[in-house]
Amino acid sequence: MSTRDFRTTRRQFLTGGAAGAALSTVARPLAAQEPPVPLEQYRAEYFNAAEWAFIMAATARLIPADGDGPGALETRVPVFIDREMAGEFGQAATWYMEGPYQPDAAPLFGYQSPLTPAEVYRGGISAFNDWCERHHDAAFADLDADAQDEALSALDSGEVPLEPELRDFFDLLLQNTKEGYFADPKHGGNHEMASWVYIGFPGARASFLEWTDPSKDNVPYPLGPVSIAGERA
Amino acid sequence: MAREEKRKDVVIVGLGWTGAMLGIELADEGLEVLALERGPDRDTVPDFQYPDVADELKYGVRYGFMQKPKNSTVTMRHNTGETALPYRHLGSFLPGDGVGGAGVHWNGHNWRAMAEEFRLRSYVEEEFGADIIPDDMTIQDWGVTYDELEPHFDRFEYMAGISGQAGNINGEIIPGGNPFEAPRSRDYPMPPLAQTLDGRMFRDAADAMGLHPFPRPAANASEAYVNEYGMQLGPCNYCGFCERFGCLNYSKSSPQTCILDALKRRTNFSYRTHCEVLKVEKAADGKTATGVTYWDEKAGEEVFQPADLVILAAYQLHNVHLMLLSELGEPYNPQTGEGVTGKNYAYQMNGGTALFFEDVDFNPFVGAGSNGYCIDDYAINQIDFAAEGFIGGSYISAGQFNGQPIRSMRLPGDVPKWGAGWKEGIKKWYGHSMSIGSHGSNMAYRDCYLDLDPTYKDQHGRPLMRMTFDWKDNDIRMTQFMRRKIEPIAQSMNPTSWASGYKDAGAKYDLRPYQTTHNVGGTIMGDDPKTSVLNRYLQCWDVHNVFAMGAGAFPQNIQYNPTGVVGALAYWAAEAIRKDYLPNPRPLV
Ligand SMILES: Cc1cc2nc3c(=O)[nH]c(=O)nc-3n(C[C@H](O)[C@H](O)[C@H](O)COP(=O)(O)OP(=O)(O)OC[C@H]3O[C@@H](n4cnc5c(N)ncnc54)[C@H](O)[C@@H]3O)c2cc1C
Ligand code: SF4
Repeated sequence: MSTRDFRTTRRQFLTGGAAGAALSTVARPLAAQEPPVPLEQYRAEYFNAAEWAFIMAATARLIPADGDGPGALETRVPVFIDREMAGEFGQAATWYMEGPYQPDAAPLFGYQSPLTPAEVYRGGISAFNDWCERHHDAAFADLDADAQDEALSALDSGEVPLEPELRDFFDLLLQNTKEGYFADPKHGGNHEMASWVYIGFPGARASFLEWTDPSKDNVPYPLGPVSIAGERA
Repeated sequence: MAREEKRKDVVIVGLGWTGAMLGIELADEGLEVLALERGPDRDTVPDFQYPDVADELKYGVRYGFMQKPKNSTVTMRHNTGETALPYRHLGSFLPGDGVGGAGVHWNGHNWRAMAEEFRLRSYVEEEFGADIIPDDMTIQDWGVTYDELEPHFDRFEYMAGISGQAGNINGEIIPGGNPFEAPRSRDYPMPPLAQTLDGRMFRDAADAMGLHPFPRPAANASEAYVNEYGMQLGPCNYCGFCERFGCLNYSKSSPQTCILDALKRRTNFSYRTHCEVLKVEKAADGKTATGVTYWDEKAGEEVFQPADLVILAAYQLHNVHLMLLSELGEPYNPQTGEGVTGKNYAYQMNGGTALFFEDVDFNPFVGAGSNGYCIDDYAINQIDFAAEGFIGGSYISAGQFNGQPIRSMRLPGDVPKWGAGWKEGIKKWYGHSMSIGSHGSNMAYRDCYLDLDPTYKDQHGRPLMRMTFDWKDNDIRMTQFMRRKIEPIAQSMNPTSWASGYKDAGAKYDLRPYQTTHNVGGTIMGDDPKTSVLNRYLQCWDVHNVFAMGAGAFPQNIQYNPTGVVGALAYWAAEAIRKDYLPNPRPLV
């Protein structure tokens, strides 16, 4: 009997739009979710131990924890990258990967490496760790934060010599880090939709007609995000 | 030995926008029509349904609905001296794949071209003299006029369900519409979309400068609508997952929402998915086609499909590729300028200025694919080409499509790319910016063309198509002109800061960033078989029972998004086939 009333209130509480109506039956508060394996205990699918240590350390500098807003580790960006590398993207499963290759072609031609993204990570991490050993006497993961930032800046600006096959390594790493930070949590990162809460993106709500009204100009959207699985934050 | 299927009256290659249109028009003529689509079947439910489709990574970033280069791609070089390399993963353009084609995941900016654009060479010669046309610029008239196409523009707009505001009805200028458009016979079927703040700010700034802003013609429904086939649209909810996504709300005009359910009820129509057409087969005398050979993926074998009429509706790139592989029309030779198939490949010259406002909250996720205001004050028919030193024009617009944070995180130049500064910057600037863009023409040139690559092969062992293309001075001068018009508008809006991105002298074509999926030319139409592949009815000059749809027919690119013109041309060709060709199959010209 009371179910109906309860659902009506809840629907109003959500958005009133089609998306809100659909969600009222599936939305679950985050507290009710099963917590995932802690990051320290996560067993990487693609990366080996040294590579995983690098991914953890590098993403933590690309999106650090300090200041406002979540960092890459809190949002489980490394898990996202590991899953991507083990999956279609990392394996270049949908790309045209037939030779002959010209990896040193002008960048305007786009990706021309014979390696898959997962292989670029593998080779890139190894070459970059060697460089860190030579210039800083330790692998990247063992450097302090300032030295790590310096090393990443060198990688970013092309000062770390890499074979042309690996030249997209930093761009891939940075792009995938941001993807893991902002993508729907179903892909393994953006844990608890923390990046969306931080910037004010409502996720998969996908129904905003009333917010085109001039009375809503410059009024920050009041509702927190929902994910595809129906979590709310 | 290829398996042979039962003969059909009509075989259609590709079931996107134009395939669906020709499918229903020819099925309504009582013909046995078969469409062959290389990709999977797709429908609103389950493929575009809420909430699964609201997945930026899967569809916006990893191109879930688009062509997989592994299955089909091109090679690219900037000039005939370079070695072309494959387009290994998507970037610059995103061809569709599967039922609905790119009609599933387009934005829906739906335009007519200007009357002058259909006879561009004549217009330039008459107004400014032939000597302003650079030697290597190979622009042509279309062989069809705006007036002839008007009823077909109208029909496409009423079939697709376009929201907009007319600016010129039968010569009468209507306030609030585009005063520079060619006359239309009646208003749009639906009123314009509601508009977000950024568009309204642009409108007010343009108004204040004496310009003529009007709402963008949108293939996103502004209200409930039923079209001529009985298909229904519901009002767009500004979901913010439009371009690159299928519509979760039955609001975006697409083959699915406007045609396919009606077409699938016609018992004389059928379609097969995962069937990639490899070649159009010609009769021994070479004057007609006998049907097509396709690869049946499920059966793992080649199939010959006999048919009396072959409609190529495979998108511009694939139509040209099929014509080259099937030896339809003489391949174009850039050295001699002779030959036609592959000639005049062109693209779109765009630029834009980003504006950052510390104190304005735009709620950027409130967006529709075709939201926004435009001005046409610097359109092709408004510019003195002789005085400005270029041929071409642009429309200029502002509108918010989505606030998806991976793709749409616009940041001022002083925000670092990563680290603590980046994290601070995204909080500060997300939702505090907008942009004003120019969307412009691209002329045709002697050495911008399509042919078969000598080295790289596709999964069937056929040569990939090779694109030879680069930006030219004329078009760069055009976009720099637009920059000089847009920047004062931006400055008049008093942003905290702004930044421009327009191609500069010497800019080279870059395959990496997304630009547009407005590839045109290669199967160009015209009134002379020596300089065009198709006659004015989109009929192949050499093989009269082959008609090719799509933007391949454009002899150079217009200043607008192509689909309004593609749709009008498809109805124009369908009418010629129904009324003139079927009663007496022959070359129509
Ligand atoms: C992201 C994006 C945004 C866009 N936004 C706009 C816009 O705002 N305004 C605008 O005017 N245009 C826009 N476009 C372009 C618009 O989508 C196309 O102009 C339109 O879809 C072209 O229709 P078509 O019938 O020629 O091709 P499509 O609709 O792409 O259909 C072609 C079909 O043929 C199939 N096919 C290809 N080769 C074969 C083969 N060998 N055998 C069998 N089947 C084959 C394909 O899989 C596809 O399904 C956009 C495109 C994209 C990708
Ligand atoms: S913005 Fe509107 S038309 Fe586009 S996908 Fe969303 S609901 Fe559909």
